[in-house]
Amino acid sequence: MTAVKFYPPRPDKVYLFGTCLIDLLYPEAGMDAIRLLEREGIEVLFPQDQTCCGQPAYTSGYQHEARAVAAAQLDLFPGPWPIIVPSGSCGGMMRKHYPQLFAGTDLEEQASEVAGRIFELTEFLVHVCHLDLEDRGEPEKVVMHTSCSARREMGLADTGPALLAALGQVELVEQARASECCGFGGTFAVRHPEVSAAMVEDKTRAIEATGARRFITSDCGCMMNIGGRFEQQGKAVKGEHIASYLWRRTS
Amino acid sequence: MSEQTAGVQTFTPREFHRQAHDALGNPQIRANFRKAMDGLMAKRLDSFDDWDLETLRELGANIRLRALARLPDLLEKLEANCEANGIKVHWAEDGEQACRIIRGICEDHGATSVIKGKSMVSEEMHLNAHLEAAGIEALESDLGEYLVQLNQQTPSHIIMPAIHLNTDEISEIMHDKTGTERTRDVDAMTAAARQQLRERFMGAGVGVSGVNFAVAETGTLCLVENEGNGRMTTTVPPVHVAVTGIEKVVEHLRDVPPLYSLLTRSATGQHVTTYFNMISSPRKEGEHDGPKEVHLVLVDSGRSSIYQDNELLDTLRCIRCGACMNHCPVYTRVGGHTYGTTYPGPIGSILSPHLMGLEETRDLPTASSLCGACGEVCPVKIPIPDLLVRLRRESVGEGRGNVAGAGIKRTRKEVAAWKGFQWLATHPAAWRAGASVAGRLRALAPTRLGAWTQHRSAPRPAATTLHALVKQYQAAKTDKEER
Repeated sequence: MTAVKFYPPRPDKVYLFGTCLIDLLYPEAGMDAIRLLEREGIEVLFPQDQTCCGQPAYTSGYQHEARAVAAAQLDLFPGPWPIIVPSGSCGGMMRKHYPQLFAGTDLEEQASEVAGRIFELTEFLVHVCHLDLEDRGEPEKVVMHTSCSARREMGLADTGPALLAALGQVELVEQARASECCGFGGTFAVRHPEVSAAMVEDKTRAIEATGARRFITSDCGCMMNIGGRFEQQGKAVKGEHIASYLWRRTS
Repeated sequence: MSEQTAGVQTFTPREFHRQAHDALGNPQIRANFRKAMDGLMAKRLDSFDDWDLETLRELGANIRLRALARLPDLLEKLEANCEANGIKVHWAEDGEQACRIIRGICEDHGATSVIKGKSMVSEEMHLNAHLEAAGIEALESDLGEYLVQLNQQTPSHIIMPAIHLNTDEISEIMHDKTGTERTRDVDAMTAAARQQLRERFMGAGVGVSGVNFAVAETGTLCLVENEGNGRMTTTVPPVHVAVTGIEKVVEHLRDVPPLYSLLTRSATGQHVTTYFNMISSPRKEGEHDGPKEVHLVLVDSGRSSIYQDNELLDTLRCIRCGACMNHCPVYTRVGGHTYGTTYPGPIGSILSPHLMGLEETRDLPTASSLCGACGEVCPVKIPIPDLLVRLRRESVGEGRGNVAGAGIKRTRKEVAAWKGFQWLATHPAAWRAGASVAGRLRALAPTRLGAWTQHRSAPRPAATTLHALVKQYQAAKTDKEER
């Protein structure tokens, strides 16, 4: 469980940490996050030297390598502004694991300070921006898949669904065993491919059974995994990052 | 491990991948576990209707932490108070020594037949095989354990040993091994097993049980069970031997109710179990029943080395409820035998490396998507995902090096890959250039990515990275403002 977090008033500026998956595979989700934030009157700073939070190395046990990568991100956010991460997984890494990763090192204080300013995008939109959404899209039925890191590491099971529920024309349906992992788990999908495949198979079936043709997530790892499974099977179900979905329907 | 049960299917943690492959391809196993785990998850959730779950977990975690903080003291206190109560206390450094102690007690009493209540520590040390090799028959009396023993298997779950079997399979086993008439009537099968076991209780020279909580301040052994076999095991034979790991000690009697509440609710969704036994002495003068001797065997088996590490120490908080298994998406799909260890599932993956070394168990710490479900339900708040990561560090030689087999998974190829990742992710200009090239060559991106693309389509790099898109966007904005 995450500790109780006190949310600041809406700031003038924020940093965006775009995450490596969004950078390389789903950049439009990052742009849409910027657009959503700017529409709220917030200036978005995007440090060009950002790369990856270091999580893949961290969860693989490569602590030194993870620390080096994480250390390279710490200096990118010198101002006092919140750091918005459009992913519960990378957000959880930076908020929860950075302080552990640097415990007992010279960077401990800086890592904790940065960790304290990390907000997952949907968390920030709901709790800091109190986002008001005017839905301009067609009626549609969608499923939300909240990532395990957003749900359990960051304690954000409700913010994604809350944003979707605010869209008047969107019917939000829940899949069976909604809180169960999709089987991605970063390098888990590579190290235990068969188990991971069994998990994503069940997840796609559960989503398909709702009758929805679109699933929304705030984590690109899950999207790549679930969406990749649907695509390989030639199914019509598509995944979309919540930032893109919100922007597309309200702009 | 069931390697010593000759002639039957054997499982070992070294073969996790092959065993997982087999289990995933077995629709019966898949269906049995899915159904059972779904039921257990629902029951657990329903059972916390009278207690605030989080308050109780916090309390449970603190009770266990307090006990572990004072473990050496409490063990001495437990020993002194047990001895004062007339319970003989034995210390065993490893399973082998514990087996010898128990065999010795049997031999002292000329016992050729032992009846057993459920005890995972006895499974861990392969007590049955040890006794049988010495000509002493050991019979399991917990229904699930009994069925598993009849079928020459090992438990697939720490609370529900035969959870991998369905009604039809159980009926078949009972028919084959005991001549019971085939039936789908669970009550009829239970009654038959009860009849078969009842006779054996009467003839057993020694009863062996586990312990759920050993109370230091009173020298009391608490035993949680549903079938009454635990009470029979600890009261009918003339000698009772309780065997347990050293971490099961709690400080006060008042620590027991919260832990008991957490245990039964987390394990089976029960508010209370049918039986709760508190054993505080052998039969006293003038009493008409109960064993004439009670022994307590306290087993270390690597636990004190876990205790030396202030992170890994949390592993010892475990009260063996099995909730982490019930909620684990990996365990639910591959079942307990796949792990090849006495303790399967998430708790097994953080405990077994200490009991068996990382060389044997190298694939267990990675057999988790780190989804966090185990940590979320753990009644004593063991940070299981963090400990899995810690053991991954140990496996690749980047931990503290105090787990046997540390560094076993470190390969030159993987180190090179992570060093390469590190270099790229700490050189932003190279990162941007590399990503940009990947985007421009996206048409050439591989459509086959090993195991990933056996079940999913390959992700394709975007034509333009976020870094580049942001730059264009900001340039366009500045342009507009200037105009």
